Parts: sequence; structure tokens; C-alpha cells
Amino acid sequence: MLQVTDLAKYYDGQPVFSGFDLHLPAGRFQVLLGPSGCGKTTLFNTLTGVTPKDAGDIVWQGETMSHLGNLCAYMHQKDLLLPWFSLMDNALLPARTRGLDMAAARERTTQLFFRLGLAGFESHRPHQVSGGMRQRCALVRTLMFDRDLTLLDEPLSALDAITRQRLQHLLLLLQTEFSKTILMITHDVDEALLLADDIFLLSPLPMAVTRCFSLALPKPRAFDDPLLLHTKAEILGHLEKGGVS
Amino acid sequence: MNRSTLSAAALICLLLGGWEGAVRIWKIPIFILPPPSRILETAVISAPVILPHAAVTGAEICLGILLAMATAVPLAIAMFAKPVLEKALSPFLVASQAIPVFALAPLLVIWLGYGIASKVFMAWIIIFFPITVSLLQGLKSCDPEYRTLFTLMGSPFFKTLGLLYWPWALPQFFAGLRVGVSVATIGAVIGEWVGAQQGLGFLMIQSNARLQTPLVFAAILWLTAMGLILWTLVGMLEKKIITWKS
Ligand SMILES: Nc1ncnc2c1ncn2[C@@H]1O[C@H](COP(=O)(O)OP(=O)(O)OP(=O)(O)O)[C@@H](O)[C@H]1O
Ligand SMILES: [Mg+2]
Repeated sequence: MLQVTDLAKYYDGQPVFSGFDLHLPAGRFQVLLGPSGCGKTTLFNTLTGVTPKDAGDIVWQGETMSHLGNLCAYMHQKDLLLPWFSLMDNALLPARTRGLDMAAARERTTQLFFRLGLAGFESHRPHQVSGGMRQRCALVRTLMFDRDLTLLDEPLSALDAITRQRLQHLLLLLQTEFSKTILMITHDVDEALLLADDIFLLSPLPMAVTRCFSLALPKPRAFDDPLLLHTKAEILGHLEKGGVS
Repeated sequence: MNRSTLSAAALICLLLGGWEGAVRIWKIPIFILPPPSRILETAVISAPVILPHAAVTGAEICLGILLAMATAVPLAIAMFAKPVLEKALSPFLVASQAIPVFALAPLLVIWLGYGIASKVFMAWIIIFFPITVSLLQGLKSCDPEYRTLFTLMGSPFFKTLGLLYWPWALPQFFAGLRVGVSVATIGAVIGEWVGAQQGLGFLMIQSNARLQTPLVFAAILWLTAMGLILWTLVGMLEKKIITWKS
């Protein structure tokens, strides 16, 4: 369980966010929905310690820490696969950098490749496969982090609409099959509605949560579910008003 | 063969033909300017004389390259790992390039003798800089988003170096190596001009003094061929190692 209170980050004296609170219970899928440049990636970077925070508390499973560091898995909009490695070796990177048992990791990766429809492509290089497959490989790599908490920074936004829709179902597996706790950034309202337990709408700089929607719908969800459509209308209406509460 | 190689070949043929024709028409004495045919003939016929010298110069160049790599790679990595070191050392690196290295050649002969050492050192100084600079630039050009990924995987520096930074920098390393290789011959030959008992540079000076001009040109031809071979070898090695750029 992740509890963030009063988190602040400044660039050149200007707040990207300040007094930012977040409560992420174990096993939950939360989505941050906000305009471009509002500070979402900066929030992730501050949480993970890629850039130091300027104020606030981060409590993970009852333990206060300066940042989460490598306690979380991370997936980016770009697949960030290394072109000099095969898909298999790319997926094995988290095990390799940590010095884990490689035979066991290889076995697990093979299973995950099979589960995510990448079987047979283990020895392909990233440039030999499609963007959707690369992102699936990145998803396998994220699972190979073997962390409960998973941060997703617009993981599908670089893909075309059809591929994105397919991969949304796979992202859902993170929660339903692999029981991860997930914090995801996205621009895509439909994606948020399909996946999230909680949706936080964010304001432009300085970033703050303006509205929160909780969706108690079972997953996988249908696009034409009345509750889902109702929430969508509410979110869109809210965004149209300029996203201010 | 594509158009540009064809036109380059045509240009070379034209130049050589003009040279050959001019020498024959104006009956230029061979000790002033031998025709290309004579140079080629000498290069082949005198091969038994040239070869031992070429072997020495080749060894100097190769040793210089190896030494330069063995020193430039750790230095570039150290400067990359510790920016303080980069700040402290880069003025010296730049200043070292302002020194006319060729002016050092006589001193190097005094310090390191007439043997192979002074020439290897000469080649080393010249090759060292391009490799260091381009490798460092290559390492620094690594995409910060990849760095973030490795940070979040909890990767220690030397693992990240092997898995990410080094392969990332390889194209630029090879670019530096190619520059280094192509100037290495100059370094070795100048070293030999100043004082040596063997090597192509030595052969050139000696033949020059005896007005054996075709032999001077033949030595240059061999030197050029060696440089080209090295260049090609580096290119082949690069192709073999960097298989992911398509
Ligand atoms: N290193 C930095 N130094 C100064 N300002 C920065 C830095 N990184 C980001 N910013 C600024 O902080 C703001 C938030 O950037 P951030 O990348 O977090 O936005 P984002 O919400 O992730 O945007 P997007 O949806 O486009 O990815 C931007 O205005 C950006 O210009
Ligand atoms: Mg972003």
C-alpha cells in the first residue's frame, strides 16, 4: 500500500505540484488522467527518486522512505527495448541487473512470452517485430521486475488504436492475473474507464487532483456499459469546463 | 558498384593517366617525378626490400592503436562515471591537442630511443584523443529514459555500463577509432623520419637522399595501402559487432 502526503516538486522555483496527496491500496488500479505537460511524469520521477522530491512523505507498506527506488516496476510510453538484445534478453534485464537466478528467470520469461502471445519471437531483435509486440515485450519485462507496485507512464499511447485496444486487455492481466498494485498515467479517457478502479482528473500546472471517480464495475468491462458511459460523460463534461473543480 | 564509386574510379584513372602522359610527353626525369606505372612496378619488384620496413611500421601503428584503446577506453569511462574528473581533465585533453605533436618527435627520439618505442608513442598520442573524445560523447549521448529504466531496475553502474552505456556508445567509439586509424600512419612515419633504423619512413628518407624517387613513391603507396586496409578492417569489425543498426 502506498501513501503519499504533501508531496512537492519545484523546477526553477515554480511548483510542478505541491501538497499532492495519493492513497493507493494494495491490488488497486488507479489512473491519473491529465493534460500534457501537467507534471505526471515528474510525479513518477519524484516517487521513484529519479529526481529528488522537495517536500512530502512517501510511505510504502508502513515504511517511510525518501523514494520508492527499485521497489516498483516501471513501464514507459516508449518500449525502451535495447536494440542489441533479443526480446528474451530484453525481458530478462531486470533479473540480470539484480543478479537473480537466470535459469529460473528464463523459464518464467518463456511462460510470460507464451501468455502474452510472444512465443516463437524470443530470439528476434526489437527492430524485427511490430510496435505492439515490442510493447508486449516491455510488459513482460515489467512483470519480470517482480514488484507488487507497478507504475505505467502512458504505456500504450505510442500505439495505433487497434493495437492499443488489444494491449489494454493485457494490461488488465497485471491486476487480475498477476495481482499488481497499479498507478497508471494516460491521456485516453476510454482506456482509463476500461481499466481503472479509481480515476483522478488532474489540473494543468501546478498539478492537483480536481476530481476523483471510482468505478465499481467488474472487469473486463464493456464499452457500452451504462455506468461506464455515464462516468465518461461526467469526465468529458468536467474536462470541457477546463478541468477545474 | 554504385554511381559514386564509379565516378571516383573514373576520376582516379583520369588523374593517373594525365600524370603518366605528362611525364612521358615532357620527358620528366624519373628522379624528379616517376610515372605511376614505374611506381607500381617498383612497389612490386622491390617488395622484398619494402616488406620488412612495412612490417615494422605496421607493428608500430598496431601497437599504437592497441595502446591508445587500452588507455582511452578506461579514461573515457572514468570521465563518464565521474563528471568531476571530466571537468578536471578535459582542459588538459584539449591543450594536448594544441601541442604540435610532430614537434615533439625529436624529443621522443631522445627520450625513447631510435627503436620502435618512440614511434609507438607518437602514434599513441595521435590516436588517443579522437577515441577518448568520441567514446565519451557516445557514453554521454545515452537516452535519459533508458537510464531511468536501469535506475529503476536497481542496476549498479558497471552492469549498466556493460548492458546499456557501452553498446550505446559503440558506433561513436568506432567513429573515433576510424579517425585514429587514419591518422596513425602519419604519426608512425614522422617518428621514423626523425630517427630510425627501419620502417617505411626510414626507407623514404634514405631513398630520397639517394634520389631513388620511385622507391619513395613505392613506400608511400605501401603506406597508403596499409592505412586503407586498417580502415577497412575497422569497418568490418564495426559491421560484425554492431548488428542492430539497420
Ligand atoms: N528537468 C526539468 N527541468 C525543468 N522543468 C522541467 C523538467 N522536467 C519537466 N519539466 C517541466 O515540468 C512540467 C511537467 O513535465 P512532465 O514531463 O512531468 O509532464 P507530463 O504531464 O508527463 O506531460 P506529458 O503528458 O506530455 O508526458 C513541464 O512543464 C516541463 O516543462
Ligand atoms: Mg509524461
